[in-house]
Amino acid sequence: MAALVIADHDGAALDPATLNAVTAAAALGGDIDVLVAGGGTEEVAEAAAKIAGVTRVRHADDAACDHLLAEAVAPLVVELAAGYSEVLFPANTTGKNLAPRVAALLDVAQISDITEVVAADTFVRPIYAGNAMATVRSRDAIKVITVRGTAFPAAAQDGNAPIEPVAAAEDQTLSRFVRQELSKSERPELTSARVVVSGGRGMQSSDNFHLVEQIADRLGAAVGASRAAVDAGYRPNDFQVGQTGKVVAPELYIAVGISGAIQHLAGMKDSKVIVAINKDEEAPMVQIADYGLVDDLFKALPALAEALDKAGVKPR
Amino acid sequence: MKVLVGVKRVVDYNVKVRVKADRTGVETANVKMSMNPFDEIAVEEAIRMKEAGKADEIVAVSMGVRQCQETIRTALAMGADRGIHVTTDEELQPLAVAKLFKALVERESPGLVILGKQAIDDDSNQTGQMLAALLGWPQGTFASEIVLGGDGAEVTREVDGGLETVGLSIPAVVTTDLRLNEPRYASLPNIMKAKKKPIDQIAVDELGVDVTPRLETLKVEDPPERAGGRKVASVEELVDKLRNEAGVI
Repeated sequence: MAALVIADHDGAALDPATLNAVTAAAALGGDIDVLVAGGGTEEVAEAAAKIAGVTRVRHADDAACDHLLAEAVAPLVVELAAGYSEVLFPANTTGKNLAPRVAALLDVAQISDITEVVAADTFVRPIYAGNAMATVRSRDAIKVITVRGTAFPAAAQDGNAPIEPVAAAEDQTLSRFVRQELSKSERPELTSARVVVSGGRGMQSSDNFHLVEQIADRLGAAVGASRAAVDAGYRPNDFQVGQTGKVVAPELYIAVGISGAIQHLAGMKDSKVIVAINKDEEAPMVQIADYGLVDDLFKALPALAEALDKAGVKPR
Repeated sequence: MKVLVGVKRVVDYNVKVRVKADRTGVETANVKMSMNPFDEIAVEEAIRMKEAGKADEIVAVSMGVRQCQETIRTALAMGADRGIHVTTDEELQPLAVAKLFKALVERESPGLVILGKQAIDDDSNQTGQMLAALLGWPQGTFASEIVLGGDGAEVTREVDGGLETVGLSIPAVVTTDLRLNEPRYASLPNIMKAKKKPIDQIAVDELGVDVTPRLETLKVEDPPERAGGRKVASVEELVDKLRNEAGVI
C-alpha cells in the first residue's frame, strides 16, 4: 500500500498546500511518494524531499508539464498511479482542476475535499456548503482524493527523501498556457495565514478597503473578501472566501461588513476565533461570532486600529 | 457551432439544508429546488455566444428524476433551443454523469460543452474535468472569460493566485465560475415560448452507461455547532478579549 501525493508549485516554490496533503496521506498508513512535475523544478523537488514522512520524490523535470496543465500532467499521473492505492491532491485550484481528469482516466470516483481519513477507504467530506458532513466509502481499487488543507496540519519539513527522475510526459496540443495575472501582496497568503481580516459589501467601495488593510497590517493578517465584495469589484477574485472560493481556518477571523451568507460561512466557520463587526445585530455573522461588535464599521475600524496601537499589539 | 450545457436540479441556494434524522442524507422533500447557480451562468454564456453569432444551437441537458424537466424548461425560457432529459430515479455520481454526457456528445457532436464548475449540493467539482478526460478534449475550468477564435478558445480561469489564461483547441469542455457573466431572468413571453420547445427523453439504459455509484454514503451528519453570539460593547473591550481571553493577538 502506498500513496502518491501530487505536489502543487508555481515552477519555483512548493505550494504549502502540498504539506497538508502529505499529512492526509500519512493517515493512510503506507509509503508516501510525491510527484513534482514541470521543467526546471529542481528546487521544488528538493523542497518536496524535505517533507517529513515522504518515502521518495518522483521528479518529472519536463517542460511539457509547465503550469501543471491538466491535459499534460493527468496522463503522467495515470501512468504512475498503477503502483499506488491512493493518489492525493491539495484541494486548491490546481488539484481541483487536475484530480478529476486523473480519476476519469483511471475509471474511478474522486473523493473531493476530504476533512478526515476514517479508514483507508472511508473519508469525511463536507457537502451543501459544509452544512452537512458525509462519510463515504470508496469501492475503487485506486482512490483519487483532494484534501482540504485547513483540515490537516502541515507536515514538518525536516525529512530527507531521495529524488528519482521519472520518464517525461508526452507533448500535447490540446491546451497551452497563454498568460497569468497574479495578485502581488506583501501580506501572508490567505489560506495559510494565522489571522484573516475580510471585508464585505458593507465596505461600499474599493477605496474603503484600506480600513481593512490597516487592521490587517497591525495583526500581520491576510485580507479576504466576501463574494459580494468581489462581485462589486472591491477586490479581485483570489480574495474570495467561501463555498466555492477559498476555505480558511485561521486562529482569528475578523469579518467586517459581511452579513454571513451560508456560502461565505462555508469558507471560514472552522476558524478558531471569529469576530464580526457589523451594524446589523441580526446578521448571521454576528450570531455565530465569538465576539460581535455591533457598530458602524467606518467608525469601528479606525477606532480598532487606534486601540490596537494603544495596547501595543504587534504582528506575531 | 452547437453548444451543450448541463443544468442540474439542486436545493435552492437560499435554503438552509437540514440533515435527515436517520442520517442518510439531507431533507429534500418540500424544499425549494432550483437550477444550480453555476449552470445558470453556463446557460447565459451559451446564449451570449449565440447572440454574438458564435453558436447556432444550444442544447440544455439535465439528468435524473422527472422534475429535472422543470430545470430544463428554465434553461429553455432563458434562451436555450431544446432540451435533453436523461431519465433515472437512481443516484448519479459525477463519473456516471460524465459518462452519460460523453454518450450525448457522441450523438450531438457539439463544439463546446459548458458546465457549472461545481454543483452546490454535493460540492464535488468533478464532472467537467471528467468529461474532458473521457472525450480526450481540453478543459477550461473555473472560467471568468471565454474568447472564441477561429479554431480554438482562450479561457481565463479564476485560480488561487489570480487569473490564468489558457488556449484550448476546439472541441472543448469549459466550466463556469461566478464572474463569467450575470445570468438573465426569463421574460414572461419567453417562459410561454419555452413550453413549446422540445425536450427529448432518453433513459439511462439507452445510453449504455453503467451508472452504479462508486462511492457509498455511510452517513450524513450535522457539522459541529459553534457557540457564538457574544457581544462586545467597544473596540477596547474587543482588543482586551482577543488578547486576554482568546489569546490570539
